[in-house]
Amino acid sequence: MSHNGYITEQEIQGRDNGPLAGRTVAVKDNLSTEGVRTTCGSDMLAEYVPPYDATVVERLKQAGATITGKTNMDEFGMGTTTETSAFGPVENPAAPGHVPGGSSGGSAAVVAAGDADLALGTDTGGSVRCPAAFCGVVGIKPTYGLVSRYGLVAYANSLEQVGPIASTVEEAAELLEVIAGPDDRDATTRDATDHGTDYEFAAAANGDIEGLSVGVPTELVEGAQPGVREQFWAAIDDLEAAGASSREVSLPSVEHAVEAYYVIAMGEASSNLARYDGVRYGSPGGYEGDWNDSFARSREDGFGEEVKRRILLGTYALSAGYQDKYYRKAQDARAWVQQDFDAAFEAVDVLASPTMPVTPFELGESLDDPLRMYLADANTTPVNLANLPALSVPVGETDGLPVGLQLVGPAFGEKRIIRAGSALA
Amino acid sequence: MTEDTTESDRNGESDTVTDVGSDPVEADASEAMAAETESEAVDVGTVEHVADLARVNLESGERERFVGQFADILEYFETLDEVPEVERDPELTNVMRPDEISESLDRAETLRNAPETEDGQFKGPRVS
Repeated sequence: MSHNGYITEQEIQGRDNGPLAGRTVAVKDNLSTEGVRTTCGSDMLAEYVPPYDATVVERLKQAGATITGKTNMDEFGMGTTTETSAFGPVENPAAPGHVPGGSSGGSAAVVAAGDADLALGTDTGGSVRCPAAFCGVVGIKPTYGLVSRYGLVAYANSLEQVGPIASTVEEAAELLEVIAGPDDRDATTRDATDHGTDYEFAAAANGDIEGLSVGVPTELVEGAQPGVREQFWAAIDDLEAAGASSREVSLPSVEHAVEAYYVIAMGEASSNLARYDGVRYGSPGGYEGDWNDSFARSREDGFGEEVKRRILLGTYALSAGYQDKYYRKAQDARAWVQQDFDAAFEAVDVLASPTMPVTPFELGESLDDPLRMYLADANTTPVNLANLPALSVPVGETDGLPVGLQLVGPAFGEKRIIRAGSALA
Repeated sequence: MTEDTTESDRNGESDTVTDVGSDPVEADASEAMAAETESEAVDVGTVEHVADLARVNLESGERERFVGQFADILEYFETLDEVPEVERDPELTNVMRPDEISESLDRAETLRNAPETEDGQFKGPRVS
């Protein structure tokens, strides 16, 4: 509790046996848990108790896991620091006085602090990988469609995936094995076996990277802080010592990933969050006036400033006269990023970069400058735009602050990045 | 914020990164000024209009802060103009299934989170 990693600490007991029997798993508070409140870090849902389980929660229970509680997060997943939570900021257990990253900051913090063996986060633009990197743990963002989103409270549907956080790549892979697989309640899920692979993720964590070719996109390294770059290149040396080869590659499109990501994510958010009307659920209601007045006041009280900012900017970018200028151009950029990655994977097996170009911010440091916070997502957002799998592994510290290395694979290439990552952590 | 500053943020020169916004009061003031001088597109009226479209009332201070922040963020979004036209791969397919009756939540469970209900239905404010 000292790090404020949990919003609700409540044990949910799974089956007696299964692959996760005897293991504790913390669950991000935007994943529905039947009978246990699910707040999304928002006042709007402070009292919301889902009447059903998310598919991933159902699968945890089936696998025998003990759920420890619901973890703190940026409100509706909108943030890179876990400071926009209505339930207060989380402190980074690996770097006191600093943010844990976000938006799944609570999930990464409880694993880093040893309060849970494993955790689930969600990653829309880096929200699993960023906190994993900042807290010195492992996080995986799966290929879009590998894991069901049923019961995940939506922020930006076309970008987000549920992903595991753990102390080692092998443990993260074990958890991924439990939650992955098609679900008829999420029509965007796809079966990995239809894409030339299978679900034996944990077995892939064998550290065998003999002959693996690693591409390093210069655009994602040049912008990083010097101390981050130093740790990154040292880890590339380690990979080469273990039998891999590395070469620089170029992905010119990623220079536009952050702005494309934010236009698309904010657009989807402005539509998704229209459901919070204070009638079906949400803050108490009982306001004077007609539907529009009551709706607008419920949302004034229920949403924090970052959520309002994103709803308004998304509304603006989708409004008459601006759709071509912002939203369609962002979709072009998204297609361009996808093509760039496709071309890169014709030449190399995996891509590597620093997960975050910066080390963890001090608590409170970035709150007044949203654009600065958005720019920190430069290396993680391209992966969501391209629907690809990626993981973050810890690669030491600079000035006492954790540094993460990101490995990106082709679609359904989870086993490849797990194998590569397991050579490091 | 000028485009130059944005560029150097991306290039991660740590001095610039650390200095930006270190004084919130001053940053707000300079942002508001930048909005006035550099972007005629965003003013208080724009923010109010979008807030109205989105049915979100703003608290005091938010409106003013958003003017400067939106000017910065939208200016940054405008770099999307540099993106070339890309031939998009229309590999999307609809996933269909037969429409079959299956179990669903019962009415009481569905209404449990509603602030107000009446006769087994959601109760909302008057429409106009």
